[in-house]
Amino acid sequence: MDVLSFGWCAGAPLRRTAAYMLPILAALCVALLLATGIALLLGVAPVELWRLLVSRFGPYAWGQVLYKATFLIFTGLAVALAFGAGLFNIGAEGQAIVGSLACALAGLAFAGAPGWLQLPAAVGAAFLGGALWGLIPGWLKARWGSHEVINTIMLNFVALALSNFLITRYLGLPETVRTAEVGSGAFLSRLDAWIPAMRGSAANASLWLAVACVVGAHFFLHHTSLGLTMRAVGRGRRQSWMLGISPGPRIVLAFGIAGGLAGLVGTNFVLGYKHYYEDGFSGGIGFLGIAVALLARNEPLAVVPAALLFGVLSQAGLVVNTLLPREVVEILTGVILLVFIVGEQMRVRWKRRRGALPPAGGGGEEPA
Amino acid sequence: MKPRNWAVVVGMALALLLAAGCGGGERQQSRADFHVGLVFDVGGLGDKSFNDLAYQGLLRARDERGVSFEYFEPTQSSDREAALRLYAQGDADLIIGVGFLFTDDINGVADDFPEKQFICVDYSWNEGREIPPNVVGLKFREEEGSFLVGALAAMVSETGTIGFIGGMDIPLIHKFQAGYQAGARHINSEMRVLINYAGVTGAAFKNPAKGKELALAQYEQGADIIFHASGSTGLGVFEAARAKERLAIGVDADQSAEAPGYVLTSMIKRVDRAVYDEVARALEGRFESGVRVFGLKEEGVDYVRDASNRQWVTAEREARLSAIAEQIAAGEIEVPAE
Repeated sequence: MDVLSFGWCAGAPLRRTAAYMLPILAALCVALLLATGIALLLGVAPVELWRLLVSRFGPYAWGQVLYKATFLIFTGLAVALAFGAGLFNIGAEGQAIVGSLACALAGLAFAGAPGWLQLPAAVGAAFLGGALWGLIPGWLKARWGSHEVINTIMLNFVALALSNFLITRYLGLPETVRTAEVGSGAFLSRLDAWIPAMRGSAANASLWLAVACVVGAHFFLHHTSLGLTMRAVGRGRRQSWMLGISPGPRIVLAFGIAGGLAGLVGTNFVLGYKHYYEDGFSGGIGFLGIAVALLARNEPLAVVPAALLFGVLSQAGLVVNTLLPREVVEILTGVILLVFIVGEQMRVRWKRRRGALPPAGGGGEEPA
Repeated sequence: MKPRNWAVVVGMALALLLAAGCGGGERQQSRADFHVGLVFDVGGLGDKSFNDLAYQGLLRARDERGVSFEYFEPTQSSDREAALRLYAQGDADLIIGVGFLFTDDINGVADDFPEKQFICVDYSWNEGREIPPNVVGLKFREEEGSFLVGALAAMVSETGTIGFIGGMDIPLIHKFQAGYQAGARHINSEMRVLINYAGVTGAAFKNPAKGKELALAQYEQGADIIFHASGSTGLGVFEAARAKERLAIGVDADQSAEAPGYVLTSMIKRVDRAVYDEVARALEGRFESGVRVFGLKEEGVDYVRDASNRQWVTAEREARLSAIAEQIAAGEIEVPAE
């Protein structure tokens, strides 16, 4: 098996980019068309819908898109990276919760420390908290072979319950479900400090961290020997073992990094937006991360446009809520994924028939 | 009546109509451009309790005062603030957030939009805290209403065991639980009160299946009356009451229609009236910031007693409860809030 030739590393740069971008752009168009169709069915004039959409999509709304996309970049990466090692990480939600909680706790604990120490401590805690929550299913998988899907799903519930228990019993302020504010040294500046038109938007500097993680994950998966062997494990655990690559440590490591990335969600919510941890803040961003990774076909660089797509959809749903019920966005998300999955299958089959891809089972499901 | 008297009566009626018509015309002018934006809590529209009540208050303001409105049901926590800002940036004059979670969001957005007015239902506020000059916080003493239904449950219960089912395990719902327990023990210090919560996330307020499961378990353990404070999760509690032919107590609104014959009473929280009153004040230019607290004294909480539950709420029990209510209003009985 030629490990080097699959995935992103094959083909010319422009074709490669197009292969990832076109389906995402197509998904956006399908969503907008479908929304217009649903509006017609509900007796809403499409002109009215578009007028509202355009008029309310100002700089503030774009700021919100970036804020939402930041969450999804982290959780999308968490799913994509684990999948690189052949693991289904359904636990990004729980990892994000534990990471954010750890982030806030470190921010509180270090509130008295010198300013330069507060931010690294809080960011580090976010990563470690998430990583801890990711290492559990990783270790269970590597040591005992217990299925990571079940374990990550269950750990989501454990994280939710743990967060609620700690907040309502010990950490929460009276009459609220949130902690106190972290030290101001750990605050991340808002983007509206640079772009005044975005005033009030929650978008913040954690976006740069997210982009850095994307580049880092890409480099790690495709340009380091550890990343390469990790992907080899994802391709075939037995085969890689025969090649002298030990799967266990790589599975644990993949889950640790994935969990840490999901945990960094805390930098966006805690350090960038609210400055405190609030119980129930996650609202499904971990699960939406699965959709993001799917649309990005588990390629870290493609996670950015995929996350932006869902950010746009979510914000668009908000601004047209007067005309279209909230459920429409959820329906659209589902339909987009279905169309995408079916389209992807058709594309792969078509290519295989033309002989452009090796037959199923021989590796190489990524775009050529 | 003589023809001449008729003429006088008709004349007076006409004059009244005319006057009313003029008054209406004046109001028409002020209402034409009065727009309200409402952002719901996680439970969302259709919870048949607290969100729906806020909505009803607004519907009444639309029907009676002609205000226009739009609303949003957030799923993610950041969408709360985003929706508030959306309305504040747009043409809304008054923006309402339903739920204690809105407290910080409203305070922040209100600072950025000093020319707009804001209302927060279930505002979480402690004595001495400052409140922005364009915010009204509405607070309800749920524990006082819960105390009364707890007392009633203790009077009606034959098994000596009653139940409480809360939605999300949070301080706000603990107020219901604490009042209910204290009320029951006030009547009978031996009273056993079973307590369950449906969950630890916002979804716990919209999980009827879980509500039914918990209620069935409590009935099995001997409870013959269950009080729920759990949004639409409570619909499952009523289903269990019907199945087991036991009693349930509704919350926020009169929920007797959910299981006719099996609803002992409902603890009423007059969110609709409070919202309507505040919208009307803002409309008339009498908006005044501050925290308004609605307890038994202010008639902001109460319990349902009418023909449908007369068989349990006898005149004697009603008198006893009224006496307790007076003692609470006068501060003679202290109701715990947690």
